[in-house]
Amino acid sequence: MSDAIKGFTAPVRLAYTVNAGRAASRFLRGLAERRILGQRCPVCKKVNMPPRGACPTCGVPTEEEVQLSEVGTVTTFCIINIQFDAQARELPYACASILLDGADTTLFHLIQEVPVAEIRMGMRVRAVWDDERRPSLDSIRHFRAAGEPDAPYDSYKEHL
Amino acid sequence: MARDDENLTAPYVLEYKYRRSCGPVVGRFLAALKDGRLEGVRAADGRVIVPPTEYDEHGEPTGEPVALAPTGTVTAWSWVAAPRANHPLARPFAWALVKLDGADTALLHAVDAVEESRMKTGARVRARFAAADERVGHIRDLACFELLPGDAHE
Repeated sequence: MSDAIKGFTAPVRLAYTVNAGRAASRFLRGLAERRILGQRCPVCKKVNMPPRGACPTCGVPTEEEVQLSEVGTVTTFCIINIQFDAQARELPYACASILLDGADTTLFHLIQEVPVAEIRMGMRVRAVWDDERRPSLDSIRHFRAAGEPDAPYDSYKEHL
Repeated sequence: MARDDENLTAPYVLEYKYRRSCGPVVGRFLAALKDGRLEGVRAADGRVIVPPTEYDEHGEPTGEPVALAPTGTVTAWSWVAAPRANHPLARPFAWALVKLDGADTALLHAVDAVEESRMKTGARVRARFAAADERVGHIRDLACFELLPGDAHE
């Protein structure tokens, strides 16, 4: 007679097809050409990146397209020291919110080629593009130190 | 790839592989399924509840396991004409409440009736278990029920 069963796996699985929408599709196709695109809100004038076709603050459609710099400022960051599923990187590594020059919203991406202990708020970083060009955020392999003086806190304090 | 003026799409799977603890009463029921047997549990008022619960609907703790026959009667059913990927059977089947002989409550499971016209409330069914070496102590160890010969409603 078998021993009492203690537990079982009950997976919850939802298989979606995500539709990026018009604005984000343009953004992703831009990445395949090594261009980072945002959209400026006609009301508050802020540049949203990635663009969503509407300003999340003002609720109005956004159409004006703005090409952004591939250089930006680390606003906040975190260092990952713990292994988890679906993670194929050597520990430790860092992820950061990056305020690209010309944008008013931040991009969350990897920081590499720099010891994690040297990563800091205000650090200037530059995108490193992947050799393969495709309409995906993976076209940016990671960000590395740009070799510029740190940005003053006042320049990014509204974007934390 | 999509045309330049079409929206980009991509597959996206959200999955949580929960591991659930089942407790001693359901754990014993699942162990019996692994052994190819069906069990209920005796409630304080003498009824036999299957699948077994730790407490009855009045909040009274249940007692000893009760061995049950692999046969029962359909008390309600619903036809599935187009089974989905995670359904227990690949061909059309019925979800049914099956009151096992000796039980006082019904168990929800699949009936491999093949044709909807063969299903009826009151139909007699028999449990079909997965092969012994495939049973792991899961409700799917009970593969489905099948109609007893002579009871198919033509």
